[in-house]
Amino acid sequence: MSRSYIPHWMHWLGSPPNFYRFAGALRPWLLAAAIVAAVIGLYGGLVLAPPDYQQGDAYRIIFIHVPSAWMSLAIYVGMAIAGLIALVWRVKLAEVIAMESAPLGAAFTLITLVTGSLWGKPMWGTWWTWDARLTSELVLFFLYLGVIGLYHAFEDRRRGARAAALLALVGVVNLPIVHYSVQWWNTLHQGNTVDWMDLGKSSIAPAMLWPLLVMALATHLYYFASILGRARTGLLSLEGGKQWVRELVGAPSR
Amino acid sequence: MATNPSSAIERPRTRRAEGFRTPNAWRACLALLRRDFTLAWRRRGELFLPLLYAVIVTALFPFALGPDPQLLGRIAGGVLLVIVVLAMLPALESMFRSDLDDGTLEQWLLAPQPLALLALTRVIAHWLTTVLPLIVVMPLLGALLDLPSAVLPVLMLALLLATPLLALLGSVLSALAAGARRSGILLALMLLPLAVPVVIFAAGAVAAAQNGMPYAAPLAWLAAALVLAIVLAPLACAAALKIAVEA
Repeated sequence: MSRSYIPHWMHWLGSPPNFYRFAGALRPWLLAAAIVAAVIGLYGGLVLAPPDYQQGDAYRIIFIHVPSAWMSLAIYVGMAIAGLIALVWRVKLAEVIAMESAPLGAAFTLITLVTGSLWGKPMWGTWWTWDARLTSELVLFFLYLGVIGLYHAFEDRRRGARAAALLALVGVVNLPIVHYSVQWWNTLHQGNTVDWMDLGKSSIAPAMLWPLLVMALATHLYYFASILGRARTGLLSLEGGKQWVRELVGAPSR
Repeated sequence: MATNPSSAIERPRTRRAEGFRTPNAWRACLALLRRDFTLAWRRRGELFLPLLYAVIVTALFPFALGPDPQLLGRIAGGVLLVIVVLAMLPALESMFRSDLDDGTLEQWLLAPQPLALLALTRVIAHWLTTVLPLIVVMPLLGALLDLPSAVLPVLMLALLLATPLLALLGSVLSALAAGARRSGILLALMLLPLAVPVVIFAAGAVAAAQNGMPYAAPLAWLAAALVLAIVLAPLACAAALKIAVEA
């Protein structure tokens, strides 16, 4: 079994200088595609899509809210996978990607919470309710903050990245437990709040669905563009004294 | 399958000749427990700090909410649970820190006994010295808040299941934060997501008992989670300790 299961290009890409150049070349295209998709999605959602027969125009916040909520979970999973790779194989690039994903995920979670709160005020008549979904999202936000906080509490960044990656993995186990326990807690204490998500999913009109999916595409593209940029700067500061960085900034070689 | 019996006899003889026998895992754990108890006893003044904290916070609630026994009795279960969780926090932070500073953790890593087992022993010692006193004084705190006497046993039972669970989860976080520069509020931030389900089920049992409903189900969930945590948390804690010690 001398053949490696990992294709050659992954080894090539895992090397910081190669990744730095690759990400730099790819990032503008992804960012441009994200902006185009966002413009199309927002135009479709805010202008073309008809108002909802019950909620009027207030429902239009879903074109921001729902893709952000999807991203908040997707980024957490991505962060945990990168963290696992960082812990098991000690790949420097995986550490950087996991740690640079955390602020992005926290930002999307915050957007989800804020837009949900803005929507909840006219619809439910309150800024915040201890609904199971809201509570899970809030706990997710605290998980992100814990990962970010632990990472920055270490002097040695690589050690901090590994500790925070382990915390992210603990969070992966914890998140479903929180999700179901919160549902149990909510049904114990108060009656069922209307499950807006399933209601919308089954009966969403195509004119409302396509802008939502385009917006989901836009947020994904934005995430990839943003993580490439953040990973570039992360690698630069981590590899500060290395030869390839010195050559890059035109410093005299030692 | 005839094996040479002399080889089986020879090993202990050489060990004895060296004058040293590797202690088995059980003895190592007992030694660790004895050491932790001795250390805790020599600083027994510190053991009262969580108790003092719990009494002070409990005493503040009637001042904030008014001395209405009915209101206090209704919220007492949840309030006492949260107070216990908060009182556990400061001690959690120092679970591994002094051992990391004086090099004991490196000896743990080098020891022939599994690191996870030593971590579990430390959690047991920690729970017995810092958390158990909190549960023992629960009747007193309950009386301060007019907790109905029928609910008290359920609260104590829920705490007996929930606090070891929290101590196990907290040991992972404490090991993660041990290598960090500062970790006071960070530990609280990391513990919150893990504590949410524990508090929900413990409070659920207390609330069910208070309303005269069956409370066995949430307690059974807590017990199941505790069994799971006894197996899994020490492994995660060992991985975290390795990260804390290296470099």
